[in-house]
Amino acid sequence: MPSIGHSIPRREGRAKVTGRARYVDDLALPGMLFGTTVRSPVPRGRIRRIEYGAGVPWPEFTIVSARDIPGVNHVALITDDQPWLADGQVNHAEEPILLLAHPDRELVEHARRQITVHVDPLPPVLTIEDSLARREIIWGDDNLFKAFEVKRGDVDAGFAGADVIVEGEYETGAQEQLYIEPNGMLALADAVEGVTVWGSLQCPYYVHRALVELFALPGDKVRVVQMETGGGFGGKEEYPSILAGHAALLAWKSGRPVKMIYDRAEDMAATTKRHPSRTRHRTGVTSDGRLTAMDIDYVIDGGAYCTLSPVVLSRGTIHAAGPYSCPNVRIRGRAVATNVPPHGAFRGFGAPQSLFALERHMDRVAAAIGLAPDEFRRRNFIRTGDTSAVGQVMRESIDVAALLDRALDASDYHARRAAFAAIPAGARVRKGIGLAAFMHGAGFTGSGEDHLASVAAVEATADGRVRILTSNTEIGQGTNTIFTQIASDALALSPDLVEIVQPDTSLVPNSGPTVASRTCMVVGKLVESAALGIRRTLEGAGLLGESYSAADFERACAEYVRRRGPLRATARYHPPEGVRWDDERYEGDAYGTYAWAVYVAEVSVDTATFEVHVDDFVAVQEIGKVIHPVLAAGQIEGGVAQGIGWALSEEVVWRDGRMANAQMTNYIIPTALDVPTIRVFFEERPYAHGPAGAKGIGELPMDGPAPAIVNAVAQATGADLRRIPLTPERLMEALDEERVGVLHP
Amino acid sequence: MSDPVQVRCRVNGTSMVLSGHPMARLLDVLREQLHLTGTREGCGEGECGACAVLVDGRLVNSCLFPLLHAEGTAITTIEGLEQGGRLHPVQEAFVAHGGAQCGICTPGMVLAAVALLAERPNPTADDIRVALAGNLCRCTGYIRIFESIVRAAQAQAGPA
Amino acid sequence: MRARLSDYSLRSAASLAEALELLAAEPGRWRPLAGGTDLMVVLESGSLQHREYLSLWNLDELRGIDVTEQEVVIGASTTYTDVLGHETLRAEFPLICQAAAETGGVATQNRGTLGGNIANASPAADTPPALIAYDAELDLVSTRGTRRVAYARFHTGYKEMDLRPDELIRAIRLPRPRGRWRQWYRKVGTRRAQAISKVCFAGRLKVSDGLAEDVRLGFASVAPTVVRAIHAEDSVRGRPLDAKSIAAARASLARDLSPIDDDRSTARYRLRIAGNLLEMFLTQGLEGDSNRQGWVST
Repeated sequence: MPSIGHSIPRREGRAKVTGRARYVDDLALPGMLFGTTVRSPVPRGRIRRIEYGAGVPWPEFTIVSARDIPGVNHVALITDDQPWLADGQVNHAEEPILLLAHPDRELVEHARRQITVHVDPLPPVLTIEDSLARREIIWGDDNLFKAFEVKRGDVDAGFAGADVIVEGEYETGAQEQLYIEPNGMLALADAVEGVTVWGSLQCPYYVHRALVELFALPGDKVRVVQMETGGGFGGKEEYPSILAGHAALLAWKSGRPVKMIYDRAEDMAATTKRHPSRTRHRTGVTSDGRLTAMDIDYVIDGGAYCTLSPVVLSRGTIHAAGPYSCPNVRIRGRAVATNVPPHGAFRGFGAPQSLFALERHMDRVAAAIGLAPDEFRRRNFIRTGDTSAVGQVMRESIDVAALLDRALDASDYHARRAAFAAIPAGARVRKGIGLAAFMHGAGFTGSGEDHLASVAAVEATADGRVRILTSNTEIGQGTNTIFTQIASDALALSPDLVEIVQPDTSLVPNSGPTVASRTCMVVGKLVESAALGIRRTLEGAGLLGESYSAADFERACAEYVRRRGPLRATARYHPPEGVRWDDERYEGDAYGTYAWAVYVAEVSVDTATFEVHVDDFVAVQEIGKVIHPVLAAGQIEGGVAQGIGWALSEEVVWRDGRMANAQMTNYIIPTALDVPTIRVFFEERPYAHGPAGAKGIGELPMDGPAPAIVNAVAQATGADLRRIPLTPERLMEALDEERVGVLHP
Repeated sequence: MSDPVQVRCRVNGTSMVLSGHPMARLLDVLREQLHLTGTREGCGEGECGACAVLVDGRLVNSCLFPLLHAEGTAITTIEGLEQGGRLHPVQEAFVAHGGAQCGICTPGMVLAAVALLAERPNPTADDIRVALAGNLCRCTGYIRIFESIVRAAQAQAGPA
Repeated sequence: MRARLSDYSLRSAASLAEALELLAAEPGRWRPLAGGTDLMVVLESGSLQHREYLSLWNLDELRGIDVTEQEVVIGASTTYTDVLGHETLRAEFPLICQAAAETGGVATQNRGTLGGNIANASPAADTPPALIAYDAELDLVSTRGTRRVAYARFHTGYKEMDLRPDELIRAIRLPRPRGRWRQWYRKVGTRRAQAISKVCFAGRLKVSDGLAEDVRLGFASVAPTVVRAIHAEDSVRGRPLDAKSIAAARASLARDLSPIDDDRSTARYRLRIAGNLLEMFLTQGLEGDSNRQGWVST
């Protein structure tokens, strides 16, 4: 019986519910030291002097500074600008300056607090506006990490042909990933054996590459092992390379194993967050609701170093025009430098920011021409055969209108909207319903997958067991389980016969990072191909017929291994036929395919306290074949909850470039009492190049909740809301401004 | 300044004497002395519940629990729930119904559910939300956790 | 864990008498630790200043809830869970139960104590506004004997209180209410659980013949201490509950409260919400509120 489409038990579920699953902090090695990081107290300046306080047995400590780096002092990623350890200059608060290690964990922490870094401060740039204004040049010649310009048609002509032009500016705040397991790493290192790290991470080969350059070692002298990972959401995409490097530097210098586990405060203050954004829209529309021109200016705050900002910007830029067809589009995307800790990957990767702006703006455009939000969107949805803003001809079958219909129906949208509109304006508790339509491209943007050229392998052992080898990590989203399903179905075997090899760069091929909603669709397809390769090999050897039992398979494997040795099949990524992207012109098939969705949120707003509660949530999406219904629904529900937090409560409070509320008590994510009923519906339009027809899913649910919720609050209050998180304080201010506007026009 | 204290208690049914600083966090004692690493540290501020254990049947955050207070108590960690290799019905349900994703909040979440069901074998939806309000999960949006607990309650009630 | 444990000590005493002897022998040396739900957080953050602690957790003399005809006496080490399970408290002091239910999650409620919460003296504490609304008094005990203070006058400044270094809070005394009171508790945080309040309100009002015969108004998170809004009370006490007196009460809050901007909220928001809650309470405009528990219609 095939397992795809059925919810088999999570493969590592038993280990997780019994507490036996091993996370990095559960490891200990004999003679192990504990490491910690001395960080910059200020956002920008020149390091004058480092003072080691009294009462600490300093000779017992291993202390690493920039001078101790064997290779090059920059973290290998996109641009070589971020040092492993600051050398002379600091460019953001919390920037690592020194590393300390000692066998006594409490003493390490005590010692860290006895070190004073004296810095001659330089004026910092802390906002997008200040960076764009080049108040100080803090990066390159112009503070710009990257800029893109997308042009389709002629926007000036589009505006000339518009009946109405609507403008708006929208802002989104930083968001902390807040995986419940903080970042952690354990390292062993010496010049003979090389470097080994075990850690909480999403991308073993990113860490591998960074360590190779840090230590100037050959690739086979660096080994990266992923331990069970307690959530990532992008927060363990690029950052673990830094922590791995730090732990390994301490291990290298001390000759001892070194463990570094961030506590919550350090993890929140020092590691990456979602890029804050500011988006300006100018939209031309005819009086019957056809888009004639979209002019979009999208800016993200990258923080002090480039890290992944160019690719975050790219995804955000490409998604900025949303699931709509418009003949004239101009999108300008810019990622700017500021003196705050670098912002980085977080589920959605730039798309939630630009889609928040767009979907909030679409409601305002609809209102300007007197159309209902759903009807205005419906008239402009992109359809099969249409061309997107970046020139992608949509060849896959798309029906966003069908998703809209289902979402309207499931949420009883029209009746609710009418009922809420009838609530008297003086009522203390107001209600509203809002929607958002959006899409999310699966896999790396543009030519990214071609450059990665991922490889996955499947092995069959002499006892008829199947082993899957990839570098893609289980971080809660279900990699182990869906890979098992894909391989077992390809081989017509029970999932029980399939095992997943722990991602360890000394064992598994590089199937790329666990990011970008690519694991199921891209790597799952490679797993499927490799599994089919095993089958073909056995068939070709005359050992296996067209239909067979597990016992037949075992006999065939045993015989094959006896005759020819290990049985292993690999699959390498090749772009699907006809999918082309032009990096130079920034144009073409931005993604092989997209997941599509329409979300509807219903809210209550208490105008006495300005509290917003999401009362009901409907999430309708088309994600190709659903491999595992329970895991897929779990992905959507989890993403929606993160979206609710981003929309309403998750505010990073900045003070002098530092996160002032780096505690779980003061950074407010939703609890079990804050999430509404979330009703999840899937449509399935199989994608020819995904395993069994599956597409990507992981990031999609982050894109829709915030605009749907804020649109609902706008209906409830009549306020023009443009900024998230929409905290009660911010809602109060917005409503006050509206009131003032009425009284003093 | 304090000398180590000897604290007599039962952990997962076994009597033992734990030794350490009286203000040591029970969390660290469980993990480092007893190697019961299923109890996790998520925040160290009593906010997330990943370190929750049962003390005399009641849920507590072991990161806020000084060792001194363990004297004379019976402590149950996640490792103590299995009976003779059989999962507790709450554990079974979490595996079957998507209650665990990354797994880091799972031990605390499971113990919170066990404590709830001990008190209210047929909890309402509200009871479940209130009982879990001190256990943060960032993966699931809680929905599958609620579902798992409802299923566990049904399983404990026996076949209908 | 950012503290070095060896810098600290924690001990217990065999009895309340021994604990008081210890406190009296070297006043200020030992500070009490009850359930640990506040102090251990500060310890872990590395900012716990005082070094030597005396655990009260094992002292049975500080536990238990006694009900007499006149009052309910709650031992200082009574946990929120104990409060929630007590029938008389649920029936007669619903605001205290509501506060207990909204303090942290179950795990915190199982260890956090009323006495510890009072002595922690957080201006954002959840139960104290309800204690103010019920005219609570505290029994403070030392080797010199016991003295009783009104809770509304106990906190004297930010983290300062009328408690001598050799004294412990022994119990909280609640006079049993007579007659019918309108009463309401409302905590406003950014989420529905595990929140530190941005504004917290507890009120009690006795209405007869259209007049506000008596009123108690307690607030948290809007001043350096939990406060009783005396001026607002005076604006309505003995007057008809009409738009004029309600507006006067609201205006008086500016004298009773002194909110600030901090990482959790703004002074402007706090003052506005405090006024809105007061107005909702006085006008009975609670329709659709998430917390109507404790409301007794009059």
